[in-house]
Amino acid sequence: MSLPQDLKYTKSHEWVRTDENGDTATIGITDHAQDELGDVVFVELPSVGDTFDKGETFGTVESVKAVSDLYAPIAGEVVEVNSALEDSPEKINEDPYGEGWILKLKTSGDSGDLLSAADYEKVMEEGD
Amino acid sequence: MANLRRTPLYDEHKNLGAKLVDFAGYEMPVQYSGIKSEHEAVRNRAGLFDVSHMGEVFFRGSDAEAAVQRLVTRDVSRLAEGQAGYAAVCYESGGTVDDVLVYKRPGAEYMIVVNAANREKDIEHFRENVPGLDVEISDESDEWSLIAAQGPEAVEMLETFTETDLASVKYYRFVEGEIAGKRAIISRTGYTGEDGFELYLANDDAPEVWRSLVEAGAAPAGLGARDTLRLEAGMCLYGNELDADTSPLEAGISFAVHLTKDVEFIGQGALLRQDADGLDRKLVAFEVEGRGIARHGHTVTDGAEIVGEVTSGTMSPTLGAAIGLALVAPTTPDRFEVIIRDNPIPAKIVELPFYKREK
Repeated sequence: MSLPQDLKYTKSHEWVRTDENGDTATIGITDHAQDELGDVVFVELPSVGDTFDKGETFGTVESVKAVSDLYAPIAGEVVEVNSALEDSPEKINEDPYGEGWILKLKTSGDSGDLLSAADYEKVMEEGD
Repeated sequence: MANLRRTPLYDEHKNLGAKLVDFAGYEMPVQYSGIKSEHEAVRNRAGLFDVSHMGEVFFRGSDAEAAVQRLVTRDVSRLAEGQAGYAAVCYESGGTVDDVLVYKRPGAEYMIVVNAANREKDIEHFRENVPGLDVEISDESDEWSLIAAQGPEAVEMLETFTETDLASVKYYRFVEGEIAGKRAIISRTGYTGEDGFELYLANDDAPEVWRSLVEAGAAPAGLGARDTLRLEAGMCLYGNELDADTSPLEAGISFAVHLTKDVEFIGQGALLRQDADGLDRKLVAFEVEGRGIARHGHTVTDGAEIVGEVTSGTMSPTLGAAIGLALVAPTTPDRFEVIIRDNPIPAKIVELPFYKREK
């Protein structure tokens, strides 16, 4: 299971990549999450300009069998969504940390309690 | 997973890297390589399912046929020996206890194959409702394994493992024979919309037959693909389309109900009344026209009023569209809305089945 060391994670299996300035966060779901879900067939994305509180549901990922809500790891305003996922949701399975990214948030929010790769690994080991 | 039952093929699933889930109290494979690829393997080549959790109940004795006639909606006296028929088991209310396959076996013996989740309830219902009849009802589910080989190449593949002339076994017929050297009831039935056979085997024999077929190239397929395949084929799933509050007529399986059969069956009165008075609900097939996937339990509206509920819904791997079945008021228009996460999404009624194989 792939687990990039330079990303931050949540217990709900999102990953967060913060840019150099620290004000834009790219968000997706982890390799573990896509593997648990199976073939992703549908992604419901928010609109650019929508704002979310930390922990708020911002979208949905559906596999053939399962529906999974996406939770904002940090508060912020949507500045970009990966609209390629609307036609090619399988990118989430194929490249969860790359082409399978879901959205970008402009954030000034507190990212203090996001998990390190090592801490997220413990979450996975304990089971959800 | 604590206290879950395992089929004799459990080790095979483990070795194949299956994802196992609790299904009807059994630890069952939901997928191996992925639902879509397994689905496609069954549609295009050959897939293999472990459905050993299904229950096998035998009816023996001089009144075996009378007992089965009383319990199921199909007129089983019309079955030839070696023939199987799909039927419903109903309550007096017309609601459905289970949907089953009835096999007429040699020696006026019947085998009824029941859904795993309903097994205990069914046996109780069977035994309670045959007073005064000379019949022994024997639940032999734990002695049988069931492997389904399905897909356009399944029959050809099975032929290499048997002396039995499979081509002569017609749809919904069965024979006893050997597969890979093991005794089996070889039944040309399935739940995928494809050609193929279901193999009833002794538990000890099942792993070897399974391994032989996997080695021959059949793709192991889990319950996830089984569900998308049956839905595309327009087949009912108990607990979704059928339940204690839904009659087989409402669920659109009137072909399995012989309303006027000579022997009275449980629920016949209620079903005759439904047939005469008109149904309150009907099962429709639909395709989602907007963005979203309809799922079991989603509300259906005509744009203003609630008219029904989605019973099954998925993204169809074959059609690449979100499809579903819904129980709705008979007056429901051809275009309606499914409420998906609070949003009304347009859908339209389509003909069943969604998918039909080329013969």
